[in-house]
Amino acid sequence: MKADIRVALVGNPNTGKSTLFNVLTGLNQKIGNFPGVTVDKKIGYCQLPDGRRAEIIDLPGTYSLYPKSQDESIVFSVLADESNSSRPDLVVVILDASNLKRNLLLYTQVADLKIPVIIALNMMDLANKAGTEIDVDLIAKKLGVAVIPIAARKLVGIDSLKLAIAYANKVAFQEPSIDVEAIAPELIESISRELQIDNPYFALQLAHQHETIKFLSPQQSDRIEELEKEHSFHSQKAQGTETIARYAFINELLYDTVKQPATAQDETHSNKIDKVLTHKIFGFILFFAILLFMFQAISSWSAYPMELISDAFVWVQDTLHHVLPNGPLTSLLVDGVIAGLSGVMVFIPQIAILFAFISILEDTGYMARVTFMMDKLMRKVGLNGKSVVPLIGGFACAVPSIMSTRTIENWKDRIITIMVTPLVTCSARLPVYTLLIALVVPNRNVWWLFNLQGLALTAMYVFSLISAVVVAWVFKIILKGRERGYFIMELPVYRMPRWNNVLYSMYERAKTFVFQAGKVIIAVSVILWVLASYGPGKRYEQIDQNYKRPQYTKPLSPQDINLAISSEKLENSYAGVLGHVIEPAIRPLGFDWKIGIALITSFAAREVFVGTMATIYSANGSTEEMQSVQEKMHNAKNTQTGQPVFTLAVAFSLMMFYAFAMQCASTVAVVYRETKDWRWPAIQFAYMAVLAYAASFITYHLLR
Amino acid sequence: MDMKLSQLAVGEKGIVKEFTDLEMSVKLMEMGCLPGEEIRVDRIAPMGDPIAINVSGYQLSLRKREASTIILQ
Repeated sequence: MKADIRVALVGNPNTGKSTLFNVLTGLNQKIGNFPGVTVDKKIGYCQLPDGRRAEIIDLPGTYSLYPKSQDESIVFSVLADESNSSRPDLVVVILDASNLKRNLLLYTQVADLKIPVIIALNMMDLANKAGTEIDVDLIAKKLGVAVIPIAARKLVGIDSLKLAIAYANKVAFQEPSIDVEAIAPELIESISRELQIDNPYFALQLAHQHETIKFLSPQQSDRIEELEKEHSFHSQKAQGTETIARYAFINELLYDTVKQPATAQDETHSNKIDKVLTHKIFGFILFFAILLFMFQAISSWSAYPMELISDAFVWVQDTLHHVLPNGPLTSLLVDGVIAGLSGVMVFIPQIAILFAFISILEDTGYMARVTFMMDKLMRKVGLNGKSVVPLIGGFACAVPSIMSTRTIENWKDRIITIMVTPLVTCSARLPVYTLLIALVVPNRNVWWLFNLQGLALTAMYVFSLISAVVVAWVFKIILKGRERGYFIMELPVYRMPRWNNVLYSMYERAKTFVFQAGKVIIAVSVILWVLASYGPGKRYEQIDQNYKRPQYTKPLSPQDINLAISSEKLENSYAGVLGHVIEPAIRPLGFDWKIGIALITSFAAREVFVGTMATIYSANGSTEEMQSVQEKMHNAKNTQTGQPVFTLAVAFSLMMFYAFAMQCASTVAVVYRETKDWRWPAIQFAYMAVLAYAASFITYHLLR
Repeated sequence: MDMKLSQLAVGEKGIVKEFTDLEMSVKLMEMGCLPGEEIRVDRIAPMGDPIAINVSGYQLSLRKREASTIILQ
């Protein structure tokens, strides 16, 4: 879409930036990528009062232009790099009127970059309510910019803001805040001269950030490094000097423009809530109660829509099979691509519900408190308070959870969180566990209260958490931290969740998931389809012919013949051959070649196991027929010994394998996307494979 | 005798004098913990760490180790 003017939203976290973005753009938004980085770029469009269209970019929330996380580093690059394709014509800095002092720091930095800027003074309603008097006109006059008081949640002042955007200057007219040159006079002068920069603050920022900035050439970066040595520039000291100078400027500005109420503040609303929510005992009880409710909701609320989606796909597949001519192309489309797609789509409800919960917990400010409560515990095992969110999300699905690790600033903490999140029992393992437990664990109660099968399932969940914690601890010892971990974090005041934002977040995450994971899953399912539908040599081709002979057509119904054909085809397909090839390797775990096929196909996604088992034991693949899969598996006998294939030892060994192995192409893809380095998904795949093999081996030999 | 922020009990106040760690000080100052600012300890996490402080009108959480780099007047 074409736009007449590009506007960037910049502001601290928790200032209502996303609310304003949603209000300005409505559903008219999309997520893209900034070139070269993984940070999501949120873009929307807004009709201005003068008829022009504005493209609005929502930049990640940050407290200053000195970045502390990947997401934050994009802000300076977008604002300062003239060749950046996202560089805005105008910056709207959103300030929280109830917390002006700290918010103004970022404004003064942006203003000094000499980009046209206007201020949206948000949460005016809260400031008024607290009795704070703000002389908006005087602030505007002193800073030399338009200041628009708004209350984004209540849609107050939005029209004025649009008007201000429409009539904003094309040139930066704002007053300078501090004397930037005084911080490092000679260095700024040299950099400005050599790189032909006319803005002293841009030159100073280059001095600070040249090592991480993408738009500088290596020669330029090296030259800046030389200049820094020459002028003995100390980045952190200079930053400190700058911050103190900026706050001095801000204090002076606020001195005669803002009046705080003289009366001593009552204990705030938030503080009272915190007394309960972060209480030594109630705090934890409440936290676990919320978790329990979340899992219940994710599994029960999603059941119906998931069934609808999978039924819809079955219907489409059936219809296409009837409409299209029989042949390999139809089969590829229907059994390969569409079957693969349905594997992705059924997870949409779970992901949407999970993200609804996460965005409610984040929006209200509760997640920050969970982080606060859990930090010490998590730190002991090399994680971070902020790792709690992805680990919890891992119970639903590792893919969106790994995406949510971006809030962890510390590199080492983030990598460890990414590495262990897939160990947590995700919803895709649930059908596998359910099937296997039903097969070998008797359905009866012990101690009157507990169902044995339920206990076995709970044990698998608890076991997954323990293994995640132990593995995290091992990574903590092995990995060397590049940055120092720290935990300086704002605890935002409690607020009601914004239901619009919750809906947007559900919609966006589901969309991102479908597009990102969808590509990989479709590719893998096509490969699997080829492996399972073709076989080497003549034998495979003759199967159809064989079953046309009278000795089969007479005693068997056409249905049974079809089942027999597909089962024999599978055994002779490339996948079947592969199963036989890996059989020696998995025999010590108690698995035969049929389970081997399921293991191979499960590498696309774990839940494929049930479908594969269904095909191999020639039952129908849909979940309604699970009972019959279970019966067939129950009756399966080892051809040599005549013993049942699925003994307690085999079933638990299989569950251990599924507990540890990285059988999820989407997770591999998302880990690569988030780390931008193939080594991390490779290491993860390898360590999980080793653990899976070892755990299965031990389990099988202990229980045999 | 100078006090560290980490030595304050819940509800106690102090005024920031200086920092003992340069890297940490840069981050703390950006968040509004500047020399001359008054800080009040609001809460301590259930397991004794981190702590929540009130500074320039909002609440900030930080670990005890980080709080110990802030020297009070």
